[in-house]
Amino acid sequence: MNLKELYQEIILEHGKNPRNLRKTDNFTRDAKGNNPLCGDNVHIYLKLNDNNKVEDISFEGNGCAITMASASIMTDVVRGKEEKEVKEIVTDFLDMIKEKDELSTQLLNEDEKTKLMCLSGVKQYPMRVKCATLSWHTLTSAMNNSQDITSTED
Amino acid sequence: MNIDQIKKEFPIFDNKVQNNDLVYLDSANSSQKPRIVIDRIYDFYSKEFSNVGRSVHYLAVAATNLYEQTRTSVQKYINASDKNEIVFTKGATEAINLVANTFGQKYLDEGDEVLITELEHHSNYVPWHFLRKSKKINIEFAEVNDQGEVTLEEIKKKITDRTKIICVTHLSNVTGAILPIKEIVSFAHSKDIPVLVDGCQGAPHLKLDMQDLDCDFYAISGHKMYGPTGIGVLYAKKKWLEDLPPYQGGGGMIREVKKKGISYGELPNKYEAGTMATAQVIAFNESIKFLEKIGIENIEKHEKELLDYAVDLLGKNNSVNIIGNPKNKGGVISFTIEGIHPHDIATILDEDGVAIRAGHHCCQILHEKLGLPATARASFGVYNTKDDIDQLNNSINNCKKIFNLR
Repeated sequence: MNLKELYQEIILEHGKNPRNLRKTDNFTRDAKGNNPLCGDNVHIYLKLNDNNKVEDISFEGNGCAITMASASIMTDVVRGKEEKEVKEIVTDFLDMIKEKDELSTQLLNEDEKTKLMCLSGVKQYPMRVKCATLSWHTLTSAMNNSQDITSTED
Repeated sequence: MNIDQIKKEFPIFDNKVQNNDLVYLDSANSSQKPRIVIDRIYDFYSKEFSNVGRSVHYLAVAATNLYEQTRTSVQKYINASDKNEIVFTKGATEAINLVANTFGQKYLDEGDEVLITELEHHSNYVPWHFLRKSKKINIEFAEVNDQGEVTLEEIKKKITDRTKIICVTHLSNVTGAILPIKEIVSFAHSKDIPVLVDGCQGAPHLKLDMQDLDCDFYAISGHKMYGPTGIGVLYAKKKWLEDLPPYQGGGGMIREVKKKGISYGELPNKYEAGTMATAQVIAFNESIKFLEKIGIENIEKHEKELLDYAVDLLGKNNSVNIIGNPKNKGGVISFTIEGIHPHDIATILDEDGVAIRAGHHCCQILHEKLGLPATARASFGVYNTKDDIDQLNNSINNCKKIFNLR
């Protein structure tokens, strides 16, 4: 195991200064997620426009560096994408965190993929995978407009 | 007391953990096991195994005697007045559930109050919470003060004429506060209120004397006392065990079973239904012997020295914030570092072989009060040394370096 792979500069930087850590005005969908055992929680706010594109996405919450960085990078990369494109990106990211070596989606540019791949270090820390996936599962709930609180510890 | 020698009795320290010497600072969660305990389980299954209390063949009688010897050892260790006041359970959680269930059935009615504290582990809250639904009782919380303690005065303040039982921890697994149990019990008894003590953290670290404490119930966890998992003890005054209804039904706890009626067994069988964790109970006797050999007073003194050393060292480390400052404190230090989440701390410390716990330590009520979603926690056992504390501090500094803190 290598801590440097887990705590890469990009992760530490996003963890310390998360992007989109606020509440979207006039959001159209939202969902809450938590990891009760860790005490991590996120609340995702999503604003889709008439063409079903993500006009804005933001989050509130707190958690470890991995949780915060993952939410921060996620909100950056899905902005401007169509609803079904967001779903594809979420699935691709979760597949990568679970088993695949690379991201395969064509919807992200190389820079975005590089940022997301920085989170792949959690694969070596099974207890921390749920930190990296919390915001992603919560985004899925928001897209489905689910009122249930998402928990990655089920 | 020679800690190096004592440490050699624990095989876990013979091996490297991820190429590091293990610095085990998670004993409040569960302690490591000395060789004699591990060997006892193997030997019992290899040479002496039989179920207890039923058959009359040689092995069954021998196993029954061994099983009962542990009961006698526990009785002496905690100075209970009667061997039948010792009930084996699968853990302290089951011990508390047993009391909540049976005491609740018989003595709690709508509007009655159970007084617990904000320091309680979930296992001394959730079992009582069940009775909110089934019996419509209320649960009152004695509040924790800024030092992370619950005082006798606070308990007195929360007692009303509806208070039917008081349930308190002996030693907080988060702030380390040692509660004034004897004084709480004495006051409660002056109002005819029984007291249950969650002794999970008390039993491995403090000298216990049930007749002196005079509490009505005391719950003990075996695996935190250098013993096996799957074994706990409920100490209860005999009058309660005779008075309360049985908990679980099954074999072993009955006297006579007819289609029209059932009579229950004598103590302690009444509360030990089904085949118990026989090997673990028998091996637990070795844990008691291990503690007795070193002497609990020596363990207390050693852990106090470690605690003072650690509080001093971590106190000097900027950005480390120790949670609570109780006057009377056991070997537990919960802390936060400004700018680093406890889970990140735990993962980074682990890389150096330093095993701590991060999270709410099954005390969400307390963490909510503290306004913290999680804390990091280092807790001590008999095998810890000042070198372990130095390594903890060094690894914390490494953590700060990784997060660019100074």
